[in-house]
Amino acid sequence: MSTASVANHDTSAHDHHDHEHHGNFVTTYLFTTDHKMIGKQFLISGIFWALIGGLLSILFRLQLGFPDMSLEFLRPILGGWLDDAGHLDPTFYLALVTMHGTIMVFFVLTAGLSGTFSNYLIPLQIGARDMASGFMNMLSFWFFFMAGVLMFISLFIPTGPAAGGWVVYPPLSALEQAIPGSGLGMTLWLTSMTLFIASQLLGGINYITTVINLRTKGMSFSRLPLTIWAFFLTAVIGLLSFPVLVAAALLLIFDRSFGTSFYLSDIYINGEALPNTGGSPVLYQHLFWFLGHPEVYIVLLPALGITSEVIATNSRKPIFGYKAMIISMLGITILSFIVWAHHMFVSGMNPFLGSIFMFLTLIIAVPSAVKVFNYLTTLWRGNLIFTPAMLFSIGLVSFFISGGLTGIFLGNSAIDIQLHDTYFVVAHFHLVMGSASFFGLLAGIYHWFPKMFGRMMDEKLGYIHFWLTFVGVYMVFFPMHYIGIAGFPRRYYSWTNFDFANMYTDLNMFVSAAAIITFAAQFIFLFNFFYSMYRGRKASLNPWRSTTLEWTTPLYPGHGNWPGEIPTVYRWPYDYSKPGAEEDFIPQTVPLSATPESNLPHEQEQVKLEMEIMKDEEEGLVANESKH
Amino acid sequence: MEHELKYIDLVEQPISMHAKKFALWLFMVTVVMIFAAMTSAYIVRQSEGNWLEYDLPQIFWLTSGIVILSSVFLQYGYYSAKKDNMLGLKIGLAGAVILGIAFLVGQWYSWVALVDEEVFFVGNPSGSFLYVFTGLHALHLISGVIFLIIVLISSFRYQIHSKAMVRMEMATTYWHFLGGLWLYLFMFLLLNH
Ligand code: HEM
Ligand SMILES: [Cu+2]
Repeated sequence: MSTASVANHDTSAHDHHDHEHHGNFVTTYLFTTDHKMIGKQFLISGIFWALIGGLLSILFRLQLGFPDMSLEFLRPILGGWLDDAGHLDPTFYLALVTMHGTIMVFFVLTAGLSGTFSNYLIPLQIGARDMASGFMNMLSFWFFFMAGVLMFISLFIPTGPAAGGWVVYPPLSALEQAIPGSGLGMTLWLTSMTLFIASQLLGGINYITTVINLRTKGMSFSRLPLTIWAFFLTAVIGLLSFPVLVAAALLLIFDRSFGTSFYLSDIYINGEALPNTGGSPVLYQHLFWFLGHPEVYIVLLPALGITSEVIATNSRKPIFGYKAMIISMLGITILSFIVWAHHMFVSGMNPFLGSIFMFLTLIIAVPSAVKVFNYLTTLWRGNLIFTPAMLFSIGLVSFFISGGLTGIFLGNSAIDIQLHDTYFVVAHFHLVMGSASFFGLLAGIYHWFPKMFGRMMDEKLGYIHFWLTFVGVYMVFFPMHYIGIAGFPRRYYSWTNFDFANMYTDLNMFVSAAAIITFAAQFIFLFNFFYSMYRGRKASLNPWRSTTLEWTTPLYPGHGNWPGEIPTVYRWPYDYSKPGAEEDFIPQTVPLSATPESNLPHEQEQVKLEMEIMKDEEEGLVANESKH
Repeated sequence: MEHELKYIDLVEQPISMHAKKFALWLFMVTVVMIFAAMTSAYIVRQSEGNWLEYDLPQIFWLTSGIVILSSVFLQYGYYSAKKDNMLGLKIGLAGAVILGIAFLVGQWYSWVALVDEEVFFVGNPSGSFLYVFTGLHALHLISGVIFLIIVLISSFRYQIHSKAMVRMEMATTYWHFLGGLWLYLFMFLLLNH
């Protein structure tokens, strides 16, 4: 036995978990260090935030679609944010948009997605007892929790939550006098985000350490499921980009609370000249988007990883281009750090610099297209099994294509001058990031629900949920392309003052109605989720007949995941429908020498090598023994 | 089944490192990124003009010397621990702690010198940046001093010796890193001033 892998197992704090820990409520459900429970904590919080974020979007969609409608019936919730006629307060509209963006991007699609699935799946799929540090992992959740509490409180303060957009550009966000939301609400936003970043870094350090150091015997990098590759690279991106947001936020905090002028210069507000000189608001944009662009891939990559797994399993085919998938994810990881200025084409940037960023931006389309191609070729002529998870994964691929195409338009700086900050951008990123990642999240839940809760979710409800959501998403976001090309700017409270806007009133109404229906459809999922948790059909050990390690654990894995030894891995995770094999899948734990009927020539070579090495080993052992 | 196990072990050994040490390295990566962001922001902002010129506090030369010396002490402590020379370990650690605190005091006086020059935290960003660099670095250095003190205490309890080096190794790595970070910042300021 190699010392490396022995050390490997000693370092995982919890060995020998034949016995269950009988903790009390607090240690089992609240301050737990079990990665599976922490993953579920993130999931439940993510669902909570998705509901809040979704609700906020419905509120501003009501304003956009039905500007003359009286929202009097919402007075119990909105109170002073409605004027006498029952219309939404314009500054509160901005706060709604800001909170919707912040909550969805960070709390739902970052914490809810990475937090849930990285935590839940990394140890299970690489064959580890738990994360490298269960304690840090617990801290990670509770930092996130505190961040959430602060953000939640900010929704209810008299001046309202932050209102400068999810990107919180100064000077708007830096000056309390600018809008009500830049007062206490903005302070809470910054504090909350600081805690959030701390949480993400604690989590990310843990994910990376775990993937590199705690893999089970035989689990080389070339045998890692693509989910793990995706979570790993996501954590790397986070580790490199979130600290930059810390720097940006820190300088913003100094500008707001200590009177420095990093981002502020020569400002007159309400006729009064501010003392700040020498600052540069564009500096903030650079710092923000250095995180902001990688962030969109932090959100997307885990969803792509989940999709790879679900599509391969339910096509009963090996994923097409396993290596190409890894290389394109690596490419995306690297490229995501050198394209940030495509969000700033109209910031007054040097046009030559703009062309460079345009060029780099368009290169990202290449690895993205490779991934799409590989998904389609995996599906091509597979024995498709349309589980709800599979449908959501295919939906993801669809959104990734339709939203990615518009990215290529936006990436051209000349076209972006027309399209920047219009609904075209909103359509682009809601399809490619929002909906695609959201579908990845849902696919993950449908797929791993049996492992998480030992029961199956209802399939019929899953299908209804899928079709309503899939059609709904296109109904909501497709028309926005046209609205955007027509020149509607985003983050505007109302357009009724502009003549050109009138012809799109109906379309806006349509979008709002579709949004409400789509939002309502999510309650089918919620019901299915909680009902199945307690009443669902009992799951079998490997309901999707999948090859990866998590399905070798007991139905209700204890803290430590495997009773007895951790299984060893002998092959890559995509041996589906291997010619010659009895079943249409061979789990990773089955040795090559046990499947001579299906081994490929080079694998047969490996078996031979294996025998030779074994012989050497034994001779070595004998020699050693005779020495003693 | 046992046989195949062996084969796999020989051929595929996952690279693996002490998890805590590895996590420390990752933490240092995040710190590097914060300072990379800060110093890039400095350059970007500087290139836009309206930039106040002033003299860097001379005391930075002294504090840089102190921080190097503290690293030397700590390295001495580290070698001593490896040879189970307990006295050397304590001298090394205590020396590093004292010099670390001296460094912090020195950095404080750099702020005093700046104020004497009429460069304030609030004002032209060129001055504010200097306060942010030194302040943020000092904050990290304080965490390093606390770490060293913890290790010092455990050295008095005989918990650090040639067979139990993990904490000492981590403390040494972190401390050298913080010293190096300061030298980078100082050099950066010298070059971009
Ligand atoms: C083919 C690849 C892509 C290209 C060329 C591209 C290009 C762009 C460009 C140029 C913009 C700025 C538009 C503007 O503000 O005027 C933009 C915005 C955006 N993109 Fe993409 N994109 C691509 C893929 C993606 C992906 C995969 C995601 C997320 C997973 C994403 C998420 C976003 C988001 C969130 C915004 C808007 C940010 C905001 O202003 O609030 N994009 N994209
Ligand atoms: Cu971008």
